[in-house]
Amino acid sequence: MKRLLRENRDLALVLAGLLLLLFASAATVLLPPAAWKSPFSLAVAVAKTALVAAIFMRLREHGGLTRVFAAAGVCWLAILAVLSAADYLTR
Amino acid sequence: MNTLPPLAAPPRAEPDYLRRDRSLRSWLCTHDHKRIGVLFLFTLTGFFLLGAIAAAGMRYALLSPQGNLVVSDLYNRLFTMHGVIMIWFFLVPSIPTVFGNFILPMAIGAPDVAFPRLNLASWYVFLAGGVLVLTAIGAGGVDTGWTFYTPYSSTYANGYVMLMASGVFVTGFSSIFTGLNFIVTVHRRRAPGMTWFRLPLFVWAIYATSIILVLATPVLAITLFLMALERGFGVGVFDPRIGGDPLLFQHLFWFYSHPAVYIMILPGMGVVSELLTCFSRKPIFGYRVMAFAILAIAGLGFLVWGHHMFVSSESLYAGLVFSLLSFLVSVPSAIKVFSWTATLHRGSIRLQAPMLYGLGFVALFTIGGLTGVALATLPLDVHLHGTYFVVAHFHYIMVGGMLMAYMGALHYWWPKMTGRLYHDWLARISALTIFLGFNLTFFPQFVLGYLGMPRRYAIYPPEFHTLNVLSTAGASVLGVGYLLPLFYLSWSFFRGRPAGPNPWGATGLEWRTASPPPKDNFEETPVVTEGPYAYRPEEAAP
Amino acid sequence: MSGIPMDRAAYEAEERAATNRLGMWTFLATEVMFFGGMFVAYVLYRSSYPDAFAVGSRTMELGCGTANTAVLLVSSFFMALGDRAARKGDRGALRGCLVLVALLGMAFLAIKGYEYASKVDEGLIPGRGFRYPGPPQLPLFMTLYFAMTGLHALHMILGVCAVAWLLWRSSPRRHQSVPVEPVAIVGLYWHFVDCIWIFLYPLFYLIGR
Repeated sequence: MKRLLRENRDLALVLAGLLLLLFASAATVLLPPAAWKSPFSLAVAVAKTALVAAIFMRLREHGGLTRVFAAAGVCWLAILAVLSAADYLTR
Repeated sequence: MNTLPPLAAPPRAEPDYLRRDRSLRSWLCTHDHKRIGVLFLFTLTGFFLLGAIAAAGMRYALLSPQGNLVVSDLYNRLFTMHGVIMIWFFLVPSIPTVFGNFILPMAIGAPDVAFPRLNLASWYVFLAGGVLVLTAIGAGGVDTGWTFYTPYSSTYANGYVMLMASGVFVTGFSSIFTGLNFIVTVHRRRAPGMTWFRLPLFVWAIYATSIILVLATPVLAITLFLMALERGFGVGVFDPRIGGDPLLFQHLFWFYSHPAVYIMILPGMGVVSELLTCFSRKPIFGYRVMAFAILAIAGLGFLVWGHHMFVSSESLYAGLVFSLLSFLVSVPSAIKVFSWTATLHRGSIRLQAPMLYGLGFVALFTIGGLTGVALATLPLDVHLHGTYFVVAHFHYIMVGGMLMAYMGALHYWWPKMTGRLYHDWLARISALTIFLGFNLTFFPQFVLGYLGMPRRYAIYPPEFHTLNVLSTAGASVLGVGYLLPLFYLSWSFFRGRPAGPNPWGATGLEWRTASPPPKDNFEETPVVTEGPYAYRPEEAAP
Repeated sequence: MSGIPMDRAAYEAEERAATNRLGMWTFLATEVMFFGGMFVAYVLYRSSYPDAFAVGSRTMELGCGTANTAVLLVSSFFMALGDRAARKGDRGALRGCLVLVALLGMAFLAIKGYEYASKVDEGLIPGRGFRYPGPPQLPLFMTLYFAMTGLHALHMILGVCAVAWLLWRSSPRRHQSVPVEPVAIVGLYWHFVDCIWIFLYPLFYLIGR
């Protein structure tokens, strides 16, 4: 196991980055309420997902088609969100 | 089309997929996509009959303006049953699970789908959902309509809403499994030389349908889940008293249910391309445009769901956007109709039964589609929403279009599936009966809707009496037309003439193997060297 | 599709692996849409009732939520590590990683269970028993919280079962080869469920604080 950890230090680095991002977003509660906090937390979530997807799920290694499939769900969700919002924001 | 020589005589090296092993167990545990297609064929025929019985009950009730043949509550349960069964247990699975399963792997030169066990699981999951829904119906049914609108469904509707919704939820996974399987199969199981632009349009259509199945159905699942949560636990996701919005249910519901109508029609369009090319002995006009039109319909179909809510308190601006997008989605469909017409032009037309169904599709789908554009027009929809105009519109597409394509596919591929020919003259009589009966049933409904008769009502003002009687008369004729194939097709299975590998003289890899095919479809993997539809009108068809 | 390599078995194994991977990613796309419906409901309601959502978020236990996120991130790390071990044929290291993943998954569920229980005590369960003082739209937030984290927890349970199955499948006594492909496929699922939580965390725990 120790050898495995030594040989896969890049994974440990990714984990460190993920935990850092987590504590950064958690630490924002120590600051007074502000408008930038929500977008910041969301951006952190996006960054964490990107790291997990790219490295842990190996999207970085795999070819274009896998990435298209991975992106498809998110794009279609965006359709649902945007066009529904078109209704709610203009009522 | 490929380097395999056409078969002179059917090879008898191994028994075909039907006769290899006739035990019940071999059928119920099969991994063979062809057997799974046949299993679905039987299951769907059963559900279709149930849905038709519900329709018969409704048309019988509508013979009288006072509705004194059937009480309103029973009528509501009948139209709910009709909608739920016909949509989720017949139309959505129809062509993909029967002909997609049977033909698609052969059409791309593969021995089976990518995940054969998942394929079988899809059938069992379908049955499980079916059992839940049938139980709900048998216990008394539901009166919310197939659309389960909140707050009625989630608060005070009487009836077995949870059971019915669970059944639909479960069956949704069957759709997802099938769609997933076909997507991966088309990507990874094509024979050598079968590039994307050599695929028959039927395969393109099933592929696009599968994309919709996979991306839209989960939203239906979560919507029904939230509705059930509200009903079962009294928590208010759509409850205005705590700030919930009943229209949110409709947004989420129609996000699936509008693409669902493209799930239902696209496979039919794929079949029609196969039929028209074969029976006019001509390649399709504008192959690439047709393929892109299929993808465009699938994609644009996701952007228009708000046109179901124009008069349901959706904002006017959102309504405008959805109306414009709905106009846009009619364009690729229209392109397809023009292309089919151009395909027929100067072709060597043979009016055998599959062709009659194909032609019927083009005519009736066009009418249905044009009336859809009318409904997409905001001011017109204010008048027409909730009337029989809408009912006629979608029946022209679903029954006049999709069901005709299904019958066409059945008659076209029946010789391949069973190795037998049916009496074509009897089949042509059925097709014509269906066409006449259909128009007599549904055309009066356009008039009724325009005149203001609302849908989902068991009683109506007496001035609509004549048109309703006409419609019911048409429905009787239609019923006869659908029953006839049950008899002559079954008869042909036992006593029909042997079909041979290619009775229609069609291109397509599925015709390059025996009828019925052997278990692994081909004696050896075909190698594809040219595009689809390599017909020449001068050549005589067998 | 020309140039089929001489080693037919290796080619077919790679084919199988690529096919399975594509299948799993397709399934994950369906899961995005499945959870996504609720995410959209959340976004729309939050934009309508920001104050109620802020009140709701403050009833959440930030420590539990943050701890749970860390637990899942570490579990993803060990899942990825196990995947690398499997590809190198290191059965012992693989099984060690899988055990850790399962334990961390169960820890997540335990913390979640504790959180749910404390909500019951405070009268925050939406429905007839709701008695927490706050804006009238607060039950909406709580319904979304229980629905989304509840479905997520269900997926976690299935994930833990899948990891347990991998442990059985990689046992040296029953099978000879290390199950490289099943580990990769379950791994994709596990990471995905982690990603869902990565979004649930800020959405429920970090508003209005």
